[in-house]
Amino acid sequence: MKLSRNFLKDYIDIKNLSDHDLAEAMTKVGNEYDSITPLVGASHLVVGYVKECKNHPDSDHMHVCQVEVGQNDVRQIVCGAPNIKEGQKVIVSLPGAVLPNGMTIKKSVIRGVESDGMICSLGEIGIEHKYQSEADQKGIHVLEEDAEIGTDPIAYLCFDDTTIDFELTANRADLLSVLGMAYEVGAILNEKVKLPETKLQTEVERIEDHLQIDIQTENCPLYLARLVKGLKIAPSPKWMQARLMASGIRPINNVVDISNYVMLEEGQPLHFFDYRTLGNKIVVRMAEEGEKLTTLDGKERNLSREDIVIANDDHAVGLAGVMGGLNSEVEQDTQDIVIESAIFNPLKIRYTAKKILRSEASARFEKGLDPNRTYLAMARACYLLEKLAGGTVVKGTLAVDHTNHDAKVIPITKEKINRVLGMSLTNQDILDVFHRLDFEVQEQDDSFTVTVPTRRVDIAIEEDLIEEVGRIHGIDQCKGTLPVTTMKNGTYEEKYKKEKLIQKHLEALGLYQVRTYTLVNQESVNMFTDDEFTPIVVRDPLTEDHLALRYSLLPSLLEVASYNLARKVKNIPIFEISDVYYTKDKKTMQTARLAALITGTMLENTWNHIKVEADFFYMKGILENLLNYLGLNRRYTIETGKLPKEYHPYQSAIVKIDQDVVGYIGMVHPTLSKTPLYVFELDLSKVEAIQVRGIKDKEISKYPTISKDFAFLVENSVSAKSLLDTIQKTGGRLLTNIEVFDVYQGENIAEGKKSIAFNLTFMDPTRTLNEEEVMEIFNKIIEQVEKEHNAELRDK
Amino acid sequence: MEKIVEEIKKELEEDLKKISSMNELNDLKVKYLGKKGKITLLTKDMGNRSVEERKEIGRYSNELKSHVTSSISQLEQELSQKELEAKLENDRIDPTLPGTAVKVGGVHPLTKVTEEIEDLFVSMGYDVVSGPEVELDLYNFEMLNLPKGHPARDAQDSFYITEDTLLRSQTSPVQVRTMLKNKEKTEIRIICPGKVYRRDDDDATHSHQFTQIEGLVVGKNISLADLKGTLEIFAKKLFGEDREIRFRPSYFPFTEPSYEVDISCFRCGGKGCNICKNTGWIEILGSGMVHPNVLQMAGYDPKEYTGFAFGIGVERVAMLRYGVNDIRSFYTNDLRFLETYNRVEGDK
Repeated sequence: MKLSRNFLKDYIDIKNLSDHDLAEAMTKVGNEYDSITPLVGASHLVVGYVKECKNHPDSDHMHVCQVEVGQNDVRQIVCGAPNIKEGQKVIVSLPGAVLPNGMTIKKSVIRGVESDGMICSLGEIGIEHKYQSEADQKGIHVLEEDAEIGTDPIAYLCFDDTTIDFELTANRADLLSVLGMAYEVGAILNEKVKLPETKLQTEVERIEDHLQIDIQTENCPLYLARLVKGLKIAPSPKWMQARLMASGIRPINNVVDISNYVMLEEGQPLHFFDYRTLGNKIVVRMAEEGEKLTTLDGKERNLSREDIVIANDDHAVGLAGVMGGLNSEVEQDTQDIVIESAIFNPLKIRYTAKKILRSEASARFEKGLDPNRTYLAMARACYLLEKLAGGTVVKGTLAVDHTNHDAKVIPITKEKINRVLGMSLTNQDILDVFHRLDFEVQEQDDSFTVTVPTRRVDIAIEEDLIEEVGRIHGIDQCKGTLPVTTMKNGTYEEKYKKEKLIQKHLEALGLYQVRTYTLVNQESVNMFTDDEFTPIVVRDPLTEDHLALRYSLLPSLLEVASYNLARKVKNIPIFEISDVYYTKDKKTMQTARLAALITGTMLENTWNHIKVEADFFYMKGILENLLNYLGLNRRYTIETGKLPKEYHPYQSAIVKIDQDVVGYIGMVHPTLSKTPLYVFELDLSKVEAIQVRGIKDKEISKYPTISKDFAFLVENSVSAKSLLDTIQKTGGRLLTNIEVFDVYQGENIAEGKKSIAFNLTFMDPTRTLNEEEVMEIFNKIIEQVEKEHNAELRDK
Repeated sequence: MEKIVEEIKKELEEDLKKISSMNELNDLKVKYLGKKGKITLLTKDMGNRSVEERKEIGRYSNELKSHVTSSISQLEQELSQKELEAKLENDRIDPTLPGTAVKVGGVHPLTKVTEEIEDLFVSMGYDVVSGPEVELDLYNFEMLNLPKGHPARDAQDSFYITEDTLLRSQTSPVQVRTMLKNKEKTEIRIICPGKVYRRDDDDATHSHQFTQIEGLVVGKNISLADLKGTLEIFAKKLFGEDREIRFRPSYFPFTEPSYEVDISCFRCGGKGCNICKNTGWIEILGSGMVHPNVLQMAGYDPKEYTGFAFGIGVERVAMLRYGVNDIRSFYTNDLRFLETYNRVEGDK
């Protein structure tokens, strides 16, 4: 809301409060401001009279003028404006003046002719282009005859105003009016509001003889119509134009300006119909499906049953609360108008405005209006049309009114106020607040009955009054305390706690946590998975890049990797834990996922020849470490199988826990990334659901271990895992550890075969093993491996 | 005999002087103490001597033996010391060469801030609770006193999925869910961290996805003063002991009264600088007393219960605290950016 200081001053005495102090005081009671801007940013301006205007000897468009700017003070000024003429009163900026664009006026020589100042256009003194008339946009501004030479043209034009632009909260519909602002400022300064003048000189005829109204929809609870005749369209007075500009509205003509002026003043949007084109009946109804209406902006609108229209007997003439129709617009030769002051269902206005245009009017309708203001605005418009546009008001108001005009009465106690605010206010403190707000209040002991004026549509319950007390009295004296409550321990949700542990462990393993967007593009949703599901898609995405909820986190991690690689960051160890959402069997599902990605060097000391590069087995090491940390040792397997197509088909594996697939690990398919990327992704919800046992101390064996090595020659296709399984199974409980210590292919090994060497550790925690019994097991293992895997013992 | 012994001693002395290595010393040992060594030879033909002579030879040779042994062992010690020193010196490294870059990962700055806030509130007995990001309009708006068509919904323009479901625009629905779930209608003290979504175009100060932490306390005598006291602790913990807070009246549909909370500027201490835009204050969070309609809808009798709620933007806190200028930095995850946060923080 752009508030004109001069406009405000009509209704409240703001004393000598500076613009800044006024804005700050309003902020303190909850009305933040965005900016404070003077309407005109120029200084050192005077009204000048062009006594003489001759062509510049050395220019085809400039003139040399003799301008009288005071008694016996005539300056020679060179002017390039096309509309400069002898006998004009103009705005002159004298040497020393600073214009809003930063230009300082100095005595100068323009193409050989001395110039002692500058004749200004409205733009040059800081009036925005959109507020200027067509003539003013093209040249200097010509003042009227009555402007006195040598005086301040800013005051003459009523431009000595300041705009404070407030960012209001959504509840304060009442502050979308200068009157509402006046009440608010009045509460701050403890001053009473002066009400606007509405008394008419004369009223003629009877409206019933000229007009009928027919309200056919319940979406219009209040409709008032009056007729004003014999208007003379002309520019509105300077003060009104200036106030409209300061309030952000372009002046048009006296009639249109009055409708806007009253909206700004009372907060009630009005609409003026040209009586010629409207006819003698107003119907308020819902639009027909597909009904067409050309609005003021010349656009043809396609309407639906959700839009409220104002119509005559025949056709729609306006979109209620949003925009008038072109067919009933007030024009240069309009004489008789019908004034509409009404209240419409805010939800319907919101719907239509969202579709067509959000305007100053619709913003006010949407937030809710005070029915008493609907009447006041009508009276005020008639008054101004009579006074400023030569109109004659026809007697009587056509009205359909289903609204409640009664002020709300809310009882409240001092105890309640102090309990909620945690303060100890006295009755006097509380009474003072309500008096300042101009609320009627009755005091009985420590209870109050507050009558809230209808203008405060935001106040309905006790708590709203408490807020008012806190706002106007201030809560600076409220001393912070801590809640008095039962002692208890704070807890973390189980799922969250587990995810934190995983996060910390992965950090310790060298990975950085990243955070990426939930919304991804269409293509990413189906990547890195073969699962059957329906992605969740937002109805109205902002961009193609963020339209669907991701299913896998890996596309996001790939994006982080490529962002970093593009910036020459080559070592990327990252992970993310996040919930994902999707639809399955028409139900919204939520699953926690963990994804990790590594590429580049994991450990390095170049001069010392240490360099560990990311590869499948480094990633596998991280995953195994994590799973062991989660207590899943010996319960998970990482095995070959069918993987989603985004994984390298021969450098990837399936991760299972208790035979259940929980995720994948592998290299990202080279078609997706030139740089080798190694990733894994787990369904964390599944992993978190697995029960693991508590930790029990195991006595460390005092007895010696016996170590044995062997190597086998096997077909390439035989996996290490299958060999390990056989060895472990055959070895039994005395075989406590198996390591693969060598895998070899090449010289001395037949094509299609590989040699794989193991180190076995035997131990009995209760006694010393002897060589013979170990050899017996060892030989049995060899026999079994040879049999099951067609293996050939190479070395023992 | 004595002469021979003296000669041998003399010779030994000469020999010892020439020794420079363990090997030479071993040879020397053999020369004097070996099976054919000089001392052994002294006693070689003892059988042919008289008892007296044997005694004398025995005495001399024993004395000589012990003299030789001790001389050699002394030298042996010196030599081994020298050799050890030589070996150590040989193993000299240049400790100024770079160390092996042992790598650990790190926490995301948003998580770091979130955890700090969580820790603070958990220490005050709050529970950390989460809820779904795909949320019902009912919980995200309606039960928070924001019926359909409410103008305040504009401030939280949301990503709708269907008519009734959306990506939550705030973590407040977790408050509603927690109150509904509490069948006994007992006291509540929670904070709800999580991702939220609003229809904002991404730029330096806006993000369509961001992180919020909301707090809710419901009890029988909870007042605005309690909210103020709680947030004072919060401000001091996150921005330093000297911080003061200021409540500015505002409006949120789910609280009444509602306040924006400013902290005194941690950079200039209130004198005015570019961080606080010369006001001395920085807006940090929104808060208020839970609206009776919200309590009522969640099954808490507003005559009996009151409560306060507050909401903090984690990105905003992190941006202020670490001087991050572009909110998108948190989501692009430049490793160089992330690495910055991988250390203990000082106060300044």
